[in-house]
Amino acid sequence: MIHAYKIHGENIVLDIYSGSVHLLDDIAYDVLGCYDSDGTLNPSKLKELAKYDETQINEAIAEIEYLIDNKMLFTEDPFTEMLPAWTKETVVKALCLHIAHDCNLRCSYCFAGTGEYMGHRSLMSLEVGKKAIDFLIENSGNRRNLEIDFFGGEPLMNFDVVKGIVEYARKREKESGKNFRFTITTNAMLLDEEKRAYINENMHNVVLSLDGRKEVNDAVRKRVDGTGSYDRILPSIKKMVEERAGKDYYVRGTFTRKNLDFGADVLHLADLGFDQISVEPVVAAKDSGFDIRNEDLKAVCDEYERLAKEYVNRRKNGQWFNFFHFMIDLEGGPCIAKRLRGCGSGTEYLAVTPEGELYPCHQFVGHKEFLLGNVYEGFNGNPIRESFRETNVYTKPQCNSCWAKFYCSGGCAANAWQFNKDIKIPYEIGCELEKKRVECALWIKAQESK
Amino acid sequence: MKHIRTINKSTLNQEIRKAGCGECQTSCQSACKTSCTVANQKCERK
Repeated sequence: MIHAYKIHGENIVLDIYSGSVHLLDDIAYDVLGCYDSDGTLNPSKLKELAKYDETQINEAIAEIEYLIDNKMLFTEDPFTEMLPAWTKETVVKALCLHIAHDCNLRCSYCFAGTGEYMGHRSLMSLEVGKKAIDFLIENSGNRRNLEIDFFGGEPLMNFDVVKGIVEYARKREKESGKNFRFTITTNAMLLDEEKRAYINENMHNVVLSLDGRKEVNDAVRKRVDGTGSYDRILPSIKKMVEERAGKDYYVRGTFTRKNLDFGADVLHLADLGFDQISVEPVVAAKDSGFDIRNEDLKAVCDEYERLAKEYVNRRKNGQWFNFFHFMIDLEGGPCIAKRLRGCGSGTEYLAVTPEGELYPCHQFVGHKEFLLGNVYEGFNGNPIRESFRETNVYTKPQCNSCWAKFYCSGGCAANAWQFNKDIKIPYEIGCELEKKRVECALWIKAQESK
Repeated sequence: MKHIRTINKSTLNQEIRKAGCGECQTSCQSACKTSCTVANQKCERK
């Protein structure tokens, strides 16, 4: 299987099963179009290329055949025999701890309501947090690297418990031989000097929420009194990033159908001096007014292409920044086994509510049919967990036939369920946007390799 | 080659029998997590 496409006047070909990426001139691209999907040249199609010189056509054929012979084009699937080993029972290696089901912002598009996730406002106790650490250690088998993400609502509203959990985990990692990595996702409203210092000392990564331009941010990320949050949070985020001193962080925004020109928000964040930026499409209910719709796809895809061009331009000219959704690691990226099912929600990755309930991920919290157990008693035998274990890019028909399957790894199960009520049917708009981002990322690689 | 420039050679199908140690980062793909998509992740062994 290959994917051949044109972007910004260049012809790019991705060979799906080898991961090879090639840049073709127009002759080679048109000649490649004369090959059938099984990698054989179709002479009847070749007759349509009368505009090219025969010598050039033969040169292009020779080069294409060389790549085929060297398993860099039309490579057959070498992975199917390994699938049983890669999809066997997995252990838990990451927990998303819902430290607070409460929030001090009232963001209009939030999938968690106003922080309470369709339940009541509540804070995680230190006891539940410690039990979550015990549960993770006990269910992680031989895995050494374990992850804890402090999430909400707004986790800084319950920061003493965050600190208590970190202290407990550090104590237990020594005796259990594990290595914990902590991350925290915050709206920055409560970031003061003490919290910044603690986060810098203890958190592997920090995700700081800001949507971009003031008018875009303030239209949706509102304070409890209805005023915008931009002016309050920007100085705190700037200080946090300055003090991060090279440690990982992301300034992270959301775009909705109300700012389809989100590239301007990415560039605004870069103009503010942030060099680790993530701005991603909203997860919002269909027809909520925020959700990206089919009729928006062209505008969003065009915006990604425009942003890619400016991204390359800035990075070349002393204004380097990293846009999370254009990152692609062609050389040292994840192994193929990892690429089969991505995030591992429901299996390797679970969310824990303030009461200690387990869900497949933060986006399933509150949907009782997805309740998988609790940190005190462990898994409850809910058969839905088996569905998560069985789900990978080979068991989802739409993914199996998709060229981008080893780059998105099947997309988000929560999106699939939200839009199709089936975790095995991917959310089509999400797929289209992911494919465009991969196309842009490969084009960026091509530009930066010149 | 004159008509084709290879940007990345075969990488996915190398060392497939060593794949799947599982020590890598988990990778949420949406909604506030931003921990990772997949293709941008690092292998813990490399």
